[in-house]
Amino acid sequence: MKLEDLYREVIMEHYKNPFNKGLLDDERYSKVNLLNPSCGDDVTVQVLVEENVITDVRHDGHGCSICCSSASVMSNALINKKVIDAKNIIEQYLIMLTGKEYNKDILKGEPIAYIGVSRFPARIRCASIAWKAMEEAIEEATHD
Amino acid sequence: MNIKDIRKHFTFYDHNKNLYYLDSAASALKLDLAIDKMTEYYHKSGVNIHRGNYELAFFTTKEYEEAREVIAKFINADSKEIIFTKGATQALNLVANSASLFVGSGDEIITTEQEHNSSILPWLNQADTLGFKPIYIPLDQEYRVTVENFKKVLTNKTKVVVINHVSNVLGYINPIKEITKLAHQKGAIVILDAAQSVPHMKIDVKDLGVDFLAFSGHKIFGPTGIGVLYGKKEQLEKLNVYEVGGEMVAKATKDQIIFQDVPYRFEAGTPPIGEAIGLAEAIKYVDELGFDETSKHIEKLRQKAVKALLEIKGVKVYNPNGEAGIVSFNISGVHPHDASSVFDEYGVCLRSGHHCASILTEVLGTPGGTLRASISIYNDDKDIDKLVEATKAAAVFFGRYEL
Repeated sequence: MKLEDLYREVIMEHYKNPFNKGLLDDERYSKVNLLNPSCGDDVTVQVLVEENVITDVRHDGHGCSICCSSASVMSNALINKKVIDAKNIIEQYLIMLTGKEYNKDILKGEPIAYIGVSRFPARIRCASIAWKAMEEAIEEATHD
Repeated sequence: MNIKDIRKHFTFYDHNKNLYYLDSAASALKLDLAIDKMTEYYHKSGVNIHRGNYELAFFTTKEYEEAREVIAKFINADSKEIIFTKGATQALNLVANSASLFVGSGDEIITTEQEHNSSILPWLNQADTLGFKPIYIPLDQEYRVTVENFKKVLTNKTKVVVINHVSNVLGYINPIKEITKLAHQKGAIVILDAAQSVPHMKIDVKDLGVDFLAFSGHKIFGPTGIGVLYGKKEQLEKLNVYEVGGEMVAKATKDQIIFQDVPYRFEAGTPPIGEAIGLAEAIKYVDELGFDETSKHIEKLRQKAVKALLEIKGVKVYNPNGEAGIVSFNISGVHPHDASSVFDEYGVCLRSGHHCASILTEVLGTPGGTLRASISIYNDDKDIDKLVEATKAAAVFFGRYEL
């Protein structure tokens, strides 16, 4: 296993120049913060759901490149997706991180860059924290 | 000092030929002597102590109590002043469980920004309910604790000093003897987190003068699940019982509970018998080995590591003059967790992150924490060479992204 397989170019690009970074002071958004005490990852995500469609995702926090970039990749992957589709993408992404067979029709594009993470078990938490926060935020947004 | 001879006592190296273990501050490798002694207990006995009236139970009880004596002698305490706990964390919590006996509304406790969470959190957690204020000794430019700065915060309001002996991030040896003397002049008690110092230097509790001292077995080449609380007898007698249950009572009826004497009243339930006996074996080994040679050896490797790391572009060492074999560093622009995967690739085991010293992370201005290599008796030049090689590789690998 080579480091290049973990740190794909797309990951480092999102780390350096993240999309949708910075939180909004807007009550319409659902917000979830998750922490990883061992390395200090501190990730907050916000989601705006309108008529069962994710119309915006924001994120902020600090952590390693895998953690921060995955929040950015996640935001791009989920904006303008139907809630049900977004949930499926999250599910398949988390399956991919564990190294198991995932559904290639559902999970496509940039999130696939994280496939190498499964070979670095210590880093799975880094790659999943933003996505898990989003899973909770969507749950919160669609709960009532 | 012959490292090969030392490594013969650690089967770890037979199983991990491609690993460079530099994480002993998190947990030291386990001595075969300790493992074998534990195995012997589990194979040949496995019976409970202080209870059975048969010969095997009597013999096992004797071994357990002898382990207490070995530990007492090692730190120059009386065996009645040694309580077996499951680790330093539990030992420190056991004392903090009686916080209200020592500190009340309007009082102050003194601590440091270097503390491990296990040392300070049991107290911070009670600050609001008991109404006392935590005061931090200002650290100097090197992030050291000095007697001068301790004097600045010591007042008549000070009731408790909770402090580490050796910082697990910076490796500095704090001036405990002087601090204790001053604290006692004000009537304050001193609780010492000695988790990092006990494996590295000769501890004499009478010389230090501290009221309580805690350490873990697994950091001194012993098993996990066992630790020690030392307390001056008169202080231990003041403490509230921590857990109530079997073996810690002398008499129990529906109307009355009479506790056993110290230290037994603090060892409720069946203790980790094999672990206690195993820890004593580890301590006998360390005692015999002594600290003179090993300290020199560790210091030599530490200096070599610091020098080589500082020659790498972008590397910052937070404690170039650190002690006790600890080197904390970062690679510019590289999150410690990212760097850790490079070290993993090179088989270098070190710690990345906060090292359970969250407050210090704030002080150092490193939200992601640091990389920490911790050197012990079995490390050699090759370990340091590999550490440096991996650090260079990490700097090059992440350098091309211009972070």
